Amino acid sequence: MPADFIPSTQDLLRLLPEAVLVAAGTIGLVLEPLLRDSRKRVTGVFSLAGLIVALWAVVVSRAYPGTAFRNMIVVDGFATFFRTLVIAVGILTVILSLHYIQRERPESGEFYPLLVFSVAGQCLMAVGNELIVIFIGLEISSIASYILAGYLRDDPRSNESGLKYFLLGSFATAFFLYGVAWIYGATGTTNLREIGDIIAKPEIRPPLVIVGTSAALMLVGLAFKVAAAPFQIWAADVYQGAPAPVTAFLAAGPKAAAFAVMVRILMVAFDPIGAAWEPLLWIVALATMTIGNFAALVQDNIKRLLAYSSIAHAGYVLVAVTAHSDAGSAAVMFYLAAYAFMNVGAFAVVTHVARAGERRLSLSDFAGLARREPAVAGLFTIFLLSLIGIPLTGGFFGKFYIFKAALESRLYLLTILGLLNSAVAAYYYLRVLVAMYFHEPAAGTVEAMPVTPGVSFVLWFSAGATLLLGIFPTLVLQFADQGASLALVR
Amino acid sequence: MAGVPLAWYLILSAILFALGIAGFLFRRNLITMFMSIELMLNAVNLSFVAFSYKFGRVDGQIFTFFVMVVAAAEAAVGLAIILAVFRTRKTLAVDEIDSLKY
Repeated sequence: MPADFIPSTQDLLRLLPEAVLVAAGTIGLVLEPLLRDSRKRVTGVFSLAGLIVALWAVVVSRAYPGTAFRNMIVVDGFATFFRTLVIAVGILTVILSLHYIQRERPESGEFYPLLVFSVAGQCLMAVGNELIVIFIGLEISSIASYILAGYLRDDPRSNESGLKYFLLGSFATAFFLYGVAWIYGATGTTNLREIGDIIAKPEIRPPLVIVGTSAALMLVGLAFKVAAAPFQIWAADVYQGAPAPVTAFLAAGPKAAAFAVMVRILMVAFDPIGAAWEPLLWIVALATMTIGNFAALVQDNIKRLLAYSSIAHAGYVLVAVTAHSDAGSAAVMFYLAAYAFMNVGAFAVVTHVARAGERRLSLSDFAGLARREPAVAGLFTIFLLSLIGIPLTGGFFGKFYIFKAALESRLYLLTILGLLNSAVAAYYYLRVLVAMYFHEPAAGTVEAMPVTPGVSFVLWFSAGATLLLGIFPTLVLQFADQGASLALVR
Repeated sequence: MAGVPLAWYLILSAILFALGIAGFLFRRNLITMFMSIELMLNAVNLSFVAFSYKFGRVDGQIFTFFVMVVAAAEAAVGLAIILAVFRTRKTLAVDEIDSLKY
């Protein structure tokens, strides 16, 4: 073997965003104890700067497409798309949290570096071309998220959320890892492309039952991470108990990265045995949508309602994964981008309305919001309409591309059931809208409170992005299309 | 492979993994559940090492190092979370930690 231990400059540039993020996170954590209690917010500003530099690094590394570190990672359109998405979600979450953390736990500043680490893990998942790298990315992202979910450690709700996320997340990771071990045993490699090549050749292919079992084990692990049925139980509790900005992050960032991994593993490594996993995903997609939507109908807590809605949305994305085509992958990417913005926006509203200690989370707390705070109510309306999938919003085109891809792959029944599901979903979003516009506020309701600049920025930015995706979807779709076809290059 | 056939390692690994799942699902003490997860991860490590030995390569053994590092990080965070939960609730029984409901 030639002695080329020193990676080339191109290799390093391809990993630049992750390097920037890990450096920013590490420096942030070192900086934190040096700051006086009143100045802990500095780590937030520092992390924000780190994330913005990482976004620039994504653009830099985009100029060097290809694999690096002996095929360990691959920079392609697919990876660039998801890197951009998770970093954008990270930036919005930091801005959303600046005031919140200051209010709820002012004496600590490690929130932001942990968030940056989580984003670094998600970036690594997006570029991982090899199961061990993907595993490490998944764990960096997850371990940091466990702490974030339980960040308000004196609040029983928050640490219960962290505990449940930790237990079920690690449980799922073990399944994923067992699948990796078996595929390593069966094919002798953990490189996705090599696995795909070996499985594609009938003469050297290991027994289908072993390959199928390892694929199933990995899918179980990933289904946990994206909260797909029948492994969705944890999501409602975790999303409800975590601090609102963290919930916004969890439902957008880690979920998008886990879907990126799922699509890459299925489309590259297990592409040849598509006939085996498509029916399985068909059932999972339908069950996820249905369970999410019907459970959301009876929720009275807004965070829990949005948590079930998040499960339902994962179901729609799984429909696009089931389509098993370029168009399907592009729809996955577009939908996750659209969902990220409307979800972060909706949780920004929740952050604002819930107020100190997150005491005001029931649907009745939203009664009369339109009269009290018309701007907030108006922006929330945009997010809710987008979550329903009304035209002129990102959610509409997301659903449109998903069901279009599903129809192209002849998933007629699944498309019909998916559309029926969307109709059911409209009911519980409209309940929130009706409460905001037509219900009288409960007696003793506190007066309107000014929106903090951070929340206000996130609200307007997310609303702008949601409308932009709804009016000019091709802006993002063309990136998704390029990325999707690159992911499938064999 | 002199002596012990590969299949034996794999069967042992599968048994340990299944024990881990059973422990996680049926025990109600947080520490025991956490130990069950560790057992599952180490069952995976055993598979990696056995496969690596069969192939006569080291990559599988290197994977176990990564898994061990990750498991250590997970243990640190997990125990800290369990500690925080214990502080607010004075219990380690998972059934009593159910304030989040509808």
